[in-house]
Amino acid sequence: MEMLEFVVPALNVKAILPQVILSLTALAVLLLDVFSPQDKKTSSLGYISLVGVVVALVSTLMINGIRESAYNGMLLADGFSSFISLIVCVVAGLTIMTSINYQKFFPRINCGEYYCLLLFAAVGMCFMGAAGNLMMIFLALETMSISIYSLAAFRSDDDRSIESAMKYFLLGAFVSGFLLFGFALIFGSTGTLDLVKINAFLTAHPEVIHSKMLLGGMALMTVGFGFKVAMFPFHMWTPDVYEGAPTPITGFMATGVKAAAFAALLRVFFVALGHLQADWTGIMWLFTFLTMTIGNVVALSQTNIKRMLAYSSIAHAGYLLVGIVAGIKQGQSAILFYLLSYAFTNLGAFGVIALLGRKGGEYTELDDFAGLGFKYPLMGLAMALFMFSMGGVPPASGFIGKFYIFSSAMKAGFIWLAIFGVINSVISLYYYLRVVVVMYFKEAEQDIVMSKPSPAIVVGLVLAVVGVLQMGIFPSYFWDMARQSIQTMLM
Amino acid sequence: MNQLNFPIISLVTFFPIFGVLILSIIDKENKDVLRGTAVAFTVIEFFISLPLIFYFNNVTHNMQFVELIPWVKSFGINYYMGIDGISLWLVILTTFLTPICVLSSWSYIQKYVKEYMVCLLLLETAMLGALVSLDLILFYVFWELMLIPMYLLIGVWGGPQKIYAAVKFFIYTAAGSVFMLLSIIFLYYYNYKVTGVYTFSILELYKLNIPISVQFWLCLAFFVSFAIKVPMFPLHTWLPDAHVQAPTAGSVILAGVLLKMGTYGFLRFAMPLFPYATHQFTPVMATLAVIGIIYGALVAMVQPDMKKLVAYSSVSHLGYVMLGLFALNMQGIEGGLYQMLNHGISTGALFLIVGMIYERRHTRMIKDFGGVAKVMPIFATFFMIATLSSVAVPGTNGFVGEIMILIGAFRSFPIFAVVAASGSIFGAIYMLWMYQRVMFCPLDKPENQKLKDLNVREIVTLLPLAVLVFVMGFFPGLFLRKMDATVSHFLIDFNTRYEAYAQQQPQSLGDRIAVVLTAKDSKNKQLNN
Repeated sequence: MEMLEFVVPALNVKAILPQVILSLTALAVLLLDVFSPQDKKTSSLGYISLVGVVVALVSTLMINGIRESAYNGMLLADGFSSFISLIVCVVAGLTIMTSINYQKFFPRINCGEYYCLLLFAAVGMCFMGAAGNLMMIFLALETMSISIYSLAAFRSDDDRSIESAMKYFLLGAFVSGFLLFGFALIFGSTGTLDLVKINAFLTAHPEVIHSKMLLGGMALMTVGFGFKVAMFPFHMWTPDVYEGAPTPITGFMATGVKAAAFAALLRVFFVALGHLQADWTGIMWLFTFLTMTIGNVVALSQTNIKRMLAYSSIAHAGYLLVGIVAGIKQGQSAILFYLLSYAFTNLGAFGVIALLGRKGGEYTELDDFAGLGFKYPLMGLAMALFMFSMGGVPPASGFIGKFYIFSSAMKAGFIWLAIFGVINSVISLYYYLRVVVVMYFKEAEQDIVMSKPSPAIVVGLVLAVVGVLQMGIFPSYFWDMARQSIQTMLM
Repeated sequence: MNQLNFPIISLVTFFPIFGVLILSIIDKENKDVLRGTAVAFTVIEFFISLPLIFYFNNVTHNMQFVELIPWVKSFGINYYMGIDGISLWLVILTTFLTPICVLSSWSYIQKYVKEYMVCLLLLETAMLGALVSLDLILFYVFWELMLIPMYLLIGVWGGPQKIYAAVKFFIYTAAGSVFMLLSIIFLYYYNYKVTGVYTFSILELYKLNIPISVQFWLCLAFFVSFAIKVPMFPLHTWLPDAHVQAPTAGSVILAGVLLKMGTYGFLRFAMPLFPYATHQFTPVMATLAVIGIIYGALVAMVQPDMKKLVAYSSVSHLGYVMLGLFALNMQGIEGGLYQMLNHGISTGALFLIVGMIYERRHTRMIKDFGGVAKVMPIFATFFMIATLSSVAVPGTNGFVGEIMILIGAFRSFPIFAVVAASGSIFGAIYMLWMYQRVMFCPLDKPENQKLKDLNVREIVTLLPLAVLVFVMGFFPGLFLRKMDATVSHFLIDFNTRYEAYAQQQPQSLGDRIAVVLTAKDSKNKQLNN
């Protein structure tokens, strides 16, 4: 009689170390919140989450050299996923630091659920960077998205916050449907959900490459990812959602979600569907151009700084897509570099916005910033630096990021895209400069007093400034790391 | 080659940053201490830069005091700096004018003194960096970096229309330079394709043979970027706005050094990188330069505002510089370089003078003055010297530059030279007419009767400029001999490479037809055989 063999699945913790640490921290925060007395609640929850994120960051750096396909190909733990985890940890860390200050104005967010959801969203993002299977991408995406839908609604006394969450949720749910349907079509035409195996199948059966089912699947997937990265024409939700959500969460969405979605997009398009590159390049070219241009042109007329940054984030999605269209390894490395640079820059900017607040409200109109540059010189300097970085002015990191992106487009022969890209960055300078103009060139009309910032946000802003300058003046370290990540990407 | 075995260029470039650090720890209420520190740092900076002159080797065209350190290895970007005869005097001009700017702002700037001085020092570093960079990306970084402090100088301490002027200045210049960046990236990949080396070093890229059809577009991108900075007609419209709104020191730096970045860029980057396209563009550029000369002078003539008048005179003077450079001969280029220095000194002095009188009367309108010479004799003397220098009277520096440019231009395009020479008559008209209306005429306005003459600080500010006007006027050799080797090598190199390009492709329609005909001939011969 044959013995029934029972194999204990080897739990490869190393491949998912950052995710494990983040999840454990999330659970710990949730439990601590329940068991800590209601009246003694301080900002300790935030600090505990922060410690978890830092440990996850360190673990990411420690397992940087890893290169293995774990859990039957469900997870691809390689340099690429490490880099995404690095970005996610930076994003989560800076967001938590901002939140610790922000909860002074909105005490409601000082609770276990907030930080727990934030950490689980980060877990989802890390998994998106490591996913090696379409199913895994979907699960990671939902983990991330559902957490963020709730986070967007956290200022539940404010109608705009509810509207923001509702809009994001409804559209997001639709988009999940598109995405899933796309996965189904791809499964139908290739018989597998595994990214590496899809590629192998298409190599073996080139006749499938141009089948309508596969192309349809790819198109539906593009809708799904395009929605998450705010690509034209799936960008309409961005301004309302960004404006209504609590400021730290807006920054979190603009950087973290973008990084995760771009990670999945890169994996799917280059690992699984690399053979279809010729099919998607043309249409992506057009979307890229429109995403950049529409984001920038509409941002010109915004008076609310959060809305302005929302449109600017659409534009930045456009710049990032330039790297996708370029389709070469250098473009992909440039995307990773840009995502990290954008994380520092954008979270820094949202951090500054979150500094200014009053009980139950915040100052988000552009005119509220009038005269603050001289009143709070360090804050003004930091904000100016972030704005110049987003506009791509050296020596900030935004310049180097754009330089890498556009030079990869030039290298791949997309000269017109590079030309439209730089024209766009000049257009964008106008509205980024407007922030500097109101901060420094205009006299204050109202007396805005900044309450004493908590040490966490000060550290966070200093880190963001250091990150922006470090990546701008000595880009080699992160650039080499990004190149390494792409080169060791599992195919 | 670095004859000092000491990174002197880095020291010169980044010394002002050290000043910024010191300034940032001084209390912002201690305004005099802040001003004093800034003066001290800029003066020391000037003295640090002097060894560059003494140790400069006159006979070599190679880069001197070179520093080369890898910066972004994987991309082939280097921290590559050096000085030759083209950049030497511009570097000295920068370190020379900055202390003067700081001094001139002593009492004019009362608001945010600390931030103001920080901006000036940062600007100095950025300008010096752009002048000594031999790596295109390094250059681009400094080039863009110049915009930020200048933008702040105009926007924070400027006049009533400051926001408009500052934003226009920034966007105009940035729009020009992004295309240059693309052009740089293109060159980089093209160079890799041809030579297999990733480099942004201009000395390497000079050697590149660029297909003529591509060269045209790359050259155009560089030209537009630099022409905006110069500024050349018709891209000059940002300049009067920026000048009029900027505080005095801002105008001095803008006119004295920042505009030279454009002309310097032509000479260092655009022309030697693209000899063939430059040659093709020469008639266009010379025409625009001459239009700039005449147009600037005519518009200056009708300005009621003294500062605007000086600003338009800049357009005219820079037209001369461009005409000289594009004459593409020894006299023209050296004259152009010399005129860059002259313009920095004479226009710098004029802006200072306008600033001084504005500080006293809070108006710059010519009609508000008259007979000022009677109450301010010292002021009148300095004003006269600056005016004569600007008009290019023999004995002043302006004469040397202009005569060299005209000689050079006569050799290359006589008709333009004739028109340009008549432009210098307009120059005399608008400058002397302004001087007459402001300084002479009856002293009929009561506000003007009480004007105080220059104080010691103001005299100290103007004296070095006035002395230089004559030194450069009487002893041009002191300055020109250091340029000779570089400029003559520049021309030899430019011409040999132009010839090489010209042989690659028939240059004119006639030649092209000739080529077709000879081809037919040989075909016929083959058939006959």
